Amino acid sequence: MASITASSSPSEYRLPLRQRLAVRGIDGVTLLVLPAFLFLLAVFVYPFIYGLVLSFTPKEGGLFGNYQKFFSDPFLYDTILTTLWLAVPVTIISIAIAIPVALRVRLLKHQRLLTTILVLPVTLGTVLVAEGLLNYLGPQGWFSRTLIQFGMIDRPLKLTNNYWGVFASLIITGFPFTFLLTLSYVSGIDPALEQAAATHGASSWQRFRHVMLPLLVPGLAIAFCLSFVQAFAVFPSAVLLGAPAGPTRVISIAAYQAAFEQYDYSMASAIAMIMAAVQLLIVVAILVIRNMFYRGSTAGGKG
Amino acid sequence: MLLASSPFREIRLDQMSRAFGAHNALKSVSLSIRKGEFIALLGPSGCGKSTALNCIAGLLATTGGGIFIDDKRIDTLKPEDRGFGMVFQNYALFPHMTVRQNIGFGLKMRKVAKAEIDKRVEEALNLVRLQGQGHKLPGQLSGGQQQRVAIARAIVIEPPLVLMDEPLSNLDAKLRLEMRAEIRRIHNQLGATTIYVTHDQDEALSLADRVVVLRDGEIRQVGVPSDLYERPDHLDVAEFMGYRNRLTGKVVAKEGDRATVTVGNATLTGTARSSLKPGDTAVIAARADDVVAGEKSAQTVEAVVETIEYRGREFVGTARTAGGLELVFHAGQTAELGSSIWLSVDPARALAFAA
Amino acid sequence: MIRDTTIAAKLWITAVWVLVGFFVLNLLAMITTVIFSSFATRWLGTWLPAGWTTKWYFTAWTEFQLGDVLLVTFQIVFAVVALSGILGVTAAYALARRDFPGKKLVMLLFLLPLLVPPITFGIPLATVLYQAGVGGTFWGVVLANLVPTVPFVILVMIPFIEQIDPKIEAAARVFGAGTFQLFIHVLLPMLLPGILAALLLVLVRTVAMFELTFLTAGPTSQTLVVALYYSVFASGVRAVQSIDAMAVVYMITTLVWLLIALRFVNPTQIVARAKHQQTAA
Repeated sequence: MASITASSSPSEYRLPLRQRLAVRGIDGVTLLVLPAFLFLLAVFVYPFIYGLVLSFTPKEGGLFGNYQKFFSDPFLYDTILTTLWLAVPVTIISIAIAIPVALRVRLLKHQRLLTTILVLPVTLGTVLVAEGLLNYLGPQGWFSRTLIQFGMIDRPLKLTNNYWGVFASLIITGFPFTFLLTLSYVSGIDPALEQAAATHGASSWQRFRHVMLPLLVPGLAIAFCLSFVQAFAVFPSAVLLGAPAGPTRVISIAAYQAAFEQYDYSMASAIAMIMAAVQLLIVVAILVIRNMFYRGSTAGGKG
Repeated sequence: MLLASSPFREIRLDQMSRAFGAHNALKSVSLSIRKGEFIALLGPSGCGKSTALNCIAGLLATTGGGIFIDDKRIDTLKPEDRGFGMVFQNYALFPHMTVRQNIGFGLKMRKVAKAEIDKRVEEALNLVRLQGQGHKLPGQLSGGQQQRVAIARAIVIEPPLVLMDEPLSNLDAKLRLEMRAEIRRIHNQLGATTIYVTHDQDEALSLADRVVVLRDGEIRQVGVPSDLYERPDHLDVAEFMGYRNRLTGKVVAKEGDRATVTVGNATLTGTARSSLKPGDTAVIAARADDVVAGEKSAQTVEAVVETIEYRGREFVGTARTAGGLELVFHAGQTAELGSSIWLSVDPARALAFAA
Repeated sequence: MIRDTTIAAKLWITAVWVLVGFFVLNLLAMITTVIFSSFATRWLGTWLPAGWTTKWYFTAWTEFQLGDVLLVTFQIVFAVVALSGILGVTAAYALARRDFPGKKLVMLLFLLPLLVPPITFGIPLATVLYQAGVGGTFWGVVLANLVPTVPFVILVMIPFIEQIDPKIEAAARVFGAGTFQLFIHVLLPMLLPGILAALLLVLVRTVAMFELTFLTAGPTSQTLVVALYYSVFASGVRAVQSIDAMAVVYMITTLVWLLIALRFVNPTQIVARAKHQQTAA
């Protein structure tokens, strides 16, 4: 019964490449990621790099011609401020309302109806919301009519074709988005934590401040970033509901006009790159603030 | 349905190794398995036995060595090309297929004709005694029945080798004994070659023709069950085989393979399993069955009774020596907790290892 | 749950619900306005329209060539759904089951198109597509729409796949299934609920995807939402009611799929992908 073959000279067998790759996690299954990966390289990464390069080959001027033009022409560089002036308040308001609402909705047994209603504007999209708000907020619309009926105003409010129209449309689509994100984070927190805090005598404000908020901060920072980026890219409602030539000439309008009205793809790419840079800047700022907040709260963990 | 017709003589693992990063889960394991053998891979969790099985099945790539059927190298093949049968710990039945479809899966993948599949599935159902259950989904079966389906699925393809990964660990104690007998019956009836992974030495000893004890990714001992049970080569194998009492002392005499060791005031004798000479430190290992309470003598160890349990017909207790060592013993009558007793170790059954 | 019984707490809770009520009321009123207007004979300076009619739907159908637009919309949407399903599910399977060097980077690449707003990457993408000659064509629109939907399918499917016991796939392989057979006979049937949910969501998103379609569509490859944009943009040319009739048609096409999708997923998942997957089986 010769059982154990004598481990004589360590005669190593050559392992085929397939096997050596498999040990590192690369085999036929791993290769399935390739089609999607290559596709996105081709239609996402490549256009982005192409756009970046294109933005440095302007129709006129040197390497930075487009960027010099953008930052010297108030008609162009003001679009950043105009967009921020819409996106920042909308995001802050959405987050500020979403937190208390999500904390209450979390306690509901039947959230489904409410979340379904709120997902409507997100799925219907900005074009439909713009069309609806044109009617609803217009001088003849139900909104002003109701306020007049209650004697709160004398004449219809001007809420369309200006800043407030775009603002309202961003809230209508942005708040549900922010809320549903926040709700998913809030629901992820174990309710036992809050109950534990309550049994230790924490009031509802203290429970929020010392238990829920620190746990929520990472999620809220993400929600803020996503909501902001969405709002900053406002386009159809700024055209349809706002005053695209003036107060709501947002940066995406400038990019669109450069590309499809002046056919200056180089300039359009430059504006798109600036748009991406501003978004990136804000997102990085938020994440840095979050990290500071987070470190602070754990260091000050003595209560 | 007889697997005996599959034409091969042996399956050979030659220095099979597997590393996960810097961790060597299998270190150069070599073993040859003859056709028709039932081999148990036995060891505690993390010893590498499941890694070994997965490497043989092809589910894990090896990082060294080779696997051969006779002279054909198979460790370079994909699992689907090796043609083995496998029974998984949690059965891994396809939840969306009926029992029949589950059993016939391997045949379908081999593009066997429909009529032939039906015939062989029916035979397999009979073999595992699941007549009339073929139309059910796995979710509608009990654990024991699911296990039978998993076994039928593995053997219906008439594989040269059947791999079993702790197939009984999810079953309750009674069913486990029943299925153990079933597995051996099916193995014998088909003349299959089986590698069976388990951490339960009872299972390994009662089922296998040969048991392979693995520890830290290395083979510690290979042998027929009675060999392993009565003559373990290493202290850790002994421990795994139920030698729960271990008394450390000095070797005072060595006659043939008998070593005499003084432990405290007692002189104990056992069969030497390591090379020992007088003056060496040694461990006397004995099972609970072989440690009995009795009269005080030069061959007994004094200990204080800590627990005593009635096991039907006799008692099993634990007692602690003055040195703080816990011993497990058998006694014909009960003993009072806290009382001193004298324990003797059967010299014919005790083993002595180098410490 | 903890009950707050102080007056301040009750006031606060009431305030929160009033706020939610106000939002929902306005939202529903806005949608109702569109629906009412689409059935109105004349609606000027009154609470309700002067009379009701369905003629605007017939007007809209001919004026905006809704038949053609709907056909194009569904052709584009189904192409996007099918392709993102194939590309997304296979990639998700690889990502759920394998650890390989550079996996984090690959995940980041799949995350970015969902984080970067479409208008930002849409302009350079449209530029490239027009240079390649597919801008303004059917396939140009499909390609552009696949950019966010492929990653979306991947991120939705990964948790679905992870919840399947890998031993089942191991069993399929040991018993002789190659990767393709494994997909057809084992994975696809087991993943069907998840794939269905993911693809329905892709469908809803693609019907409503304005920016990418707008930037890449030509006259014959417009989807409903882009046609709606142009008609609102040129409002004054057509009667408001007929634009609203078109808006209602758009709403219905979106909402039907949304309601079907909501049978499989939670509304929060439409926004918060990949998080808290329900274990549909």
